Amino acid sequence: MQPSPAENSAPFLKLDGIAKSFGRFQALTGIALAIRRGELVTFLGPSGCGKTTLLRIIAGLETQDTGTIIQDGKDISRLPAIRRDYGIVFQSYALFPNLSIFDNVAYGLVNRRKGRSEIDARVAELLKLVGLPDSGDKYPGQLSGGQQQRIALARALASAPSLLLLDEPLSALDALERVRLRGEIRALQQRLGVTTILVTHDQEEALSMADRIVVMNQGRIEQVGTPREIYETPATPFAADFIGKINVLPAVAEGGGRFRVGSRTLAVARPDVPSGTAARLYLRPEDIAVHVNGSAPTGVNALAAKVTKVEFLGAFCMVGLAVDAFDVPALVANVPRQAVDAGGLEPGAVVGIDLPPAALRVLG
Amino acid sequence: MAAPSATLATLPAGPAVNPVAHWHDRLAQGLLLICCAALALFLLAPLFMILVKSVQDKDGAFVGLLQFQEYFATARLRQSIWNTLWVALVVTGITIPLAFTFAYALTRSCMPGKGLFRVIGLTPILAPSLLAAISFIQWFGNQGLLKDLLGGVPVYGALGIIISAIYATFPHALMIILTSLLLADGRLYEAAESLGTRTWRKFFTVTLPGAKYGLVSAAMVVFSYTVSDFGIPKVIGGNFSVLAVDIFKQVIGQQNFNKGAVVSLVLLLPVLFAFIVDWIMQGRQQSQFSSRAVPYAPKPKGWFDALMFLYCLVIALLLLAVLGMAVYTSFIKLWPYDRSFSLRHYTFGLVDAGVIDSFFNSLRMAFLAGFFGTVFIFGCAYLLEKTRGMSGARAAIRLLAAIPMGVPGMVLGLGYILFFNHPDNPLNGLYHTLTILVLSTVVHYYTSSHLTAVTALKALDAEFESVSASLKVPFWKTFHRVTVPVCLPAILDIGRYLFVNAMVTISAVVFLYSPDTRLAAVTILNLDEAGEIGPAAAMATLIVASSTVVCLLYALVTRVLLTRTQAWRRPAAGL
Repeated sequence: MQPSPAENSAPFLKLDGIAKSFGRFQALTGIALAIRRGELVTFLGPSGCGKTTLLRIIAGLETQDTGTIIQDGKDISRLPAIRRDYGIVFQSYALFPNLSIFDNVAYGLVNRRKGRSEIDARVAELLKLVGLPDSGDKYPGQLSGGQQQRIALARALASAPSLLLLDEPLSALDALERVRLRGEIRALQQRLGVTTILVTHDQEEALSMADRIVVMNQGRIEQVGTPREIYETPATPFAADFIGKINVLPAVAEGGGRFRVGSRTLAVARPDVPSGTAARLYLRPEDIAVHVNGSAPTGVNALAAKVTKVEFLGAFCMVGLAVDAFDVPALVANVPRQAVDAGGLEPGAVVGIDLPPAALRVLG
Repeated sequence: MAAPSATLATLPAGPAVNPVAHWHDRLAQGLLLICCAALALFLLAPLFMILVKSVQDKDGAFVGLLQFQEYFATARLRQSIWNTLWVALVVTGITIPLAFTFAYALTRSCMPGKGLFRVIGLTPILAPSLLAAISFIQWFGNQGLLKDLLGGVPVYGALGIIISAIYATFPHALMIILTSLLLADGRLYEAAESLGTRTWRKFFTVTLPGAKYGLVSAAMVVFSYTVSDFGIPKVIGGNFSVLAVDIFKQVIGQQNFNKGAVVSLVLLLPVLFAFIVDWIMQGRQQSQFSSRAVPYAPKPKGWFDALMFLYCLVIALLLLAVLGMAVYTSFIKLWPYDRSFSLRHYTFGLVDAGVIDSFFNSLRMAFLAGFFGTVFIFGCAYLLEKTRGMSGARAAIRLLAAIPMGVPGMVLGLGYILFFNHPDNPLNGLYHTLTILVLSTVVHYYTSSHLTAVTALKALDAEFESVSASLKVPFWKTFHRVTVPVCLPAILDIGRYLFVNAMVTISAVVFLYSPDTRLAAVTILNLDEAGEIGPAAAMATLIVASSTVVCLLYALVTRVLLTRTQAWRRPAAGL
């Protein structure tokens, strides 16, 4: 996990009560959010959740129906895009195809009446910053997608904006380039200390790059937290489902931290809910302890399970585990490859498993 | 942080946000309003005047539908409706298969000379429709070379109109059908072949469905063109009455503007019908082509290629025979008695007779229409597609830009007289000027040009303007540094289209010229009426020659542009 910037400084960007509808479609409802100076925040959610709309509202490219935006202590809610301070990178790169790379990066600088030598130096500096120092004379069409996106980034950073907005910047790239650029953008952002908002639907991207993740669904914010918080303690069923794989067990509370699942009772560490309440228990696949080679489970939630399938996924295997007492389809557990080989895990085998109470999470 | 679970009703309704418009935005919106107002003034208002006039008598009193009753009570005028419709249907029925086969040969065979055939197939577009009529009179008229071929049927009348209109509409149909055949997805043919589909079945299950929308569109264009055209029936129609000529007779012959307005509305109906059919079909077409389509590459097939070559050769020779006869007529002394070479039709017939000025008027008008029309049309399309706000004005412009396609030139021209010649109109100083000819021509050919501009603009990344705003660059700077350079081929195309059409147009302008602003096409008409076929052919030849020069210039400039200033396109072409 990346170190977070100072926790208690005043927010750099503050959104309050943002709502937006397109005709009868409510795109955003009651968005309140505070972003600290220098942090990288991702808006994460499925397509249509309103994350791009929110970014465009922050950029002034759309106007919210209600709500305020404070940037660096200044109310920018009503300002047109051209009078706000930010740089933006789009999924499509949006490089000007008829201008050289140099002219693309210098595009905003020229307008600021800077001297020729000053512009030359700044563009050279930026091209070096994004790792393409010799590309100034080329045209966008002569660069690869990843290179074009680096140039788009250089262009957005040219005038040293205080806020960087990235709208799905990596979605159009192939997998390898995506991972490489992910690291580069994050390193650059931390080096420059520029407050950054990254819109993405890719949970891996969000987890690996963000200081904090804003999980969005159907125009609302579901949860805001560090990647670890979001992954380990999802606040809502949506957040739990959307980020990472997770097992869901329908349950009824029996009081005293105990929940009935099918014909079994499981102990859960926290939080407790009143007896008789229907709830759902969430459990990450890697939190299921699978006991191989006949070693017996020892935890309070020890169970016998039958292996239904073993799917090889490289570093680990996804193992399907049917528990007779549960009236749900097979659980999914992640088991390291070596353990699978050593323990003779194969369909039909019966194994002991533990569902650690601390790993079980209760959500409505 | 917990999920916000408040429902809409319980949320505190904050004050609606009223964004501060930057003066850049206000400027763009102001320009957009000006475009909208200009279209309303030069398109909608004239058309509205026709509606008004049609329910008034000569003194301007409201008479309801009396004019219509009188009109339909006249058997000869009723006959015109029928004549117009059946002739247009016959022309459509013949031109579409001819053009389709030609386009099919160009796209689906491996015959030699495709490029040349394509150019020859499109040449009629450079000529005023009158040229075809004159040429057919020379071939089949009273003193025609091949008069006997018609077996005593006079060429003056329905027959002459039909063959002339086929010649004039052929390139229009060819262009549309060619485009739709070129868009076909080669993968469909590969799939069909891998399933062992027979050739004729491939034709009916892949080719025809793929070209369906193009065929309908082409049919509607040919039908509208024939219904609206005034030059051909005027020259070769004899006593065969059609609506377009009726309007002319009512307005110019009898100075009966009210009756003219009534005939205009009757003429408007079939064209509007064709326009709406096309509009609906275009709407359905969009989902058909995927961006992954692979162009079809024909494979050589001996007998088929030979057959197609033969067909194209025959059509090309026929097309050249029409154009060639007009050119030939202009260069001989006296048809058919003295066929020795002479320039007297140019020197004596045009220059000494003092009508050569009309050619220069046409050139001037075509340049002005090409230049200012392109500036306005592209600028308006840019504001429409790339700026924000004023959604009402945007919707209005979209609608207004589509209308001219459905309005025959005669109708537009009559509307212009009624509107701009009205004594109370502060703009009536425009009447009889070159300006009004330019305006009516630009409006008349607005729709196609607008669509070209919109298509080019839509191909640009939608975020260029957002990026510019984020870089604090005003929109006009991005317009001239990026939008215009990238769209230059489309912009030149619009200019060429307007120029060529301005050179040949007659229907809208025949009501609007003054002795000082007489245009070349009008002069052809007058010369023909005076029996001066030689000078008329000479004038038509001059029009073809100047349009050819402009088209060659266009081809040259585009090529130079694409290879030099647009170097950035080259790598992209391979992608």
